[in-house]
Amino acid sequence: MTSLPEPVAGAKKLGLVIDLDTCVGCHACAVNCKEWNAGGHSAPLTDWNAYSGTEATDGGDDAGAWGVWFNRVHTFEAGEGAEGRTVHFPRSCLHCETPACVSVCPTGASYKREEDGIVLVNADLCIGCKLCSWACPYGAREYDHADGVMKKCTLCIDRIYNENLEEIDRVPACVSTCPAGARHYGDLGDPTSKVSLLVAERGGYDLMPEMGYRPTNKYLPPRPAKTACGSTGAPSRLEQLAAEAADAVPGGAPPAKAGGKLLAWVDAVLSR
Amino acid sequence: MHPAASVIFFTTASGAGYGLLFLLGLAGAFGLVPADLALGLVGFTLALGLVTAGLLASTFHLGRPERAWRALSQWRSSWLSREGVAAVVTYAPAGLYALGWVFLGEAGGAWGVLGVLAGIGAVATVICTGMIYASLPTIRQWRQPLTVPGYLLIGLYTGALWMALLTAAFGGAAGVFLWLAVLAGIGTAAVKLAYWQAIDAGPAAATAGTATGLGHLGRVRLLDAPTTSQNYVMREMGYRIARKHASRLRSIAAILGVAVPLLLLFLAAALDGGAATVPLFLAALCGSAGAVVERWLFFAEATHVVTTYYGAEAA
Repeated sequence: MTSLPEPVAGAKKLGLVIDLDTCVGCHACAVNCKEWNAGGHSAPLTDWNAYSGTEATDGGDDAGAWGVWFNRVHTFEAGEGAEGRTVHFPRSCLHCETPACVSVCPTGASYKREEDGIVLVNADLCIGCKLCSWACPYGAREYDHADGVMKKCTLCIDRIYNENLEEIDRVPACVSTCPAGARHYGDLGDPTSKVSLLVAERGGYDLMPEMGYRPTNKYLPPRPAKTACGSTGAPSRLEQLAAEAADAVPGGAPPAKAGGKLLAWVDAVLSR
Repeated sequence: MHPAASVIFFTTASGAGYGLLFLLGLAGAFGLVPADLALGLVGFTLALGLVTAGLLASTFHLGRPERAWRALSQWRSSWLSREGVAAVVTYAPAGLYALGWVFLGEAGGAWGVLGVLAGIGAVATVICTGMIYASLPTIRQWRQPLTVPGYLLIGLYTGALWMALLTAAFGGAAGVFLWLAVLAGIGTAAVKLAYWQAIDAGPAAATAGTATGLGHLGRVRLLDAPTTSQNYVMREMGYRIARKHASRLRSIAAILGVAVPLLLLFLAAALDGGAATVPLFLAALCGSAGAVVERWLFFAEATHVVTTYYGAEAA
């Protein structure tokens, strides 16, 4: 049924919180997503021309290596010069509250679960018309040529409710593998949950809010850049050294301070 | 957006077919044309043939065409499903009306009700087709108030071109349809020119800054794409046409689709019944070809907001 469930205040909204401040752009989340889902609920996630070159060298419409991935990591630059930032940006389904990808589906294959808000595709009903991928602003839906159906992130529904896994492993594959701790999973419908508190504390935001899809997943902005000497959290001793270096007369003797003499002696001993 | 041949053929062929069906239904019901056997046979074969060929072509781009019937189920929320339902439902009055016309020689009176119903079904189906595109917030060139009028007018125009030819060849109020085609052609040109102006002037639906939420840091640009070669999203949604090519194709669509057919229609108006069929046939061909160019542009000029994740500054 592609009509959306009535939104209920306080209802469970499972989703991800992605920290753009700590993401290192290693693509481990994307790779582990592919690894898990190539054998899970949505298997297989087909690849084509997996060992080919690029479309430029191969020629033709279908050329180049491509395949179904639910999670992709982009890297952006934002701002200029010293204020400029390099931001690694993992992108996957945001499990929106008003997902048009669901309401445009003509067959009822796409649906949003009432119990936890996860957006899924029933591969047995999908006709592969691709209209859902046109309706998604976030590029979350991909077409599997081998199966002839659309596939998407399931929030690892076959992990998070899987009683055959140990409790600690009942999180999406991308979250379990992130070496930087940049991905957080939880109930964003509960304002007291860890993820909701994190969003409140760090100013988590929606992607493309002007589309009106009301994504469940939130992104945490990069923290302000630290460019001043004192803001790096280095030991305060270094500030004193920096001050002394600034005061020093070029070519002259170091200032006669106790600490300065001691350091000069250490420097002399170590330089022998 | 990638201009898929099957969808372009489907929307233009079914548009012309529904336009012709609409005109046959109303013209028969209100006595503008007699329930002539040849006109009915050729007219309904052409109208329902175009519609059916279009609908079949639209299943070619499906990954699972054998499940296409499932698309009739979600009419409560999906314009694509509504289009399917409207198309299937329209076959009933259209088919019965065609049978009455061809085999019983009846088009007016009680049979005329079927003709009107077929006409209503044709309009409803084309509105649904237009709404599939006009309802997507992700593509600003489609989410335009002139998208649905464009689909309706081009369907009416191309249908009227074929109807003018058929009535000139087989009898009926040929002049009415000739001048209707002229009016619909002028209307199409006006709506498409206004549409092109609107999409050229329109603000972007999203930017790389809003897509990433990093706009407050300054200009956002893609440093490294997720893949080294084109993935599904880039192939399906990333198609971009050069502005130079687009403006040239707009001229071709306007000249081939409207200007040349209008000249041919005026020529046909000056000629007698039999001789008029040649320019009318050429007008119908040119108008239909122009509609294909217009529809190709409708896709090629559409930019999807997802491209802002792949290097576009705005879409």
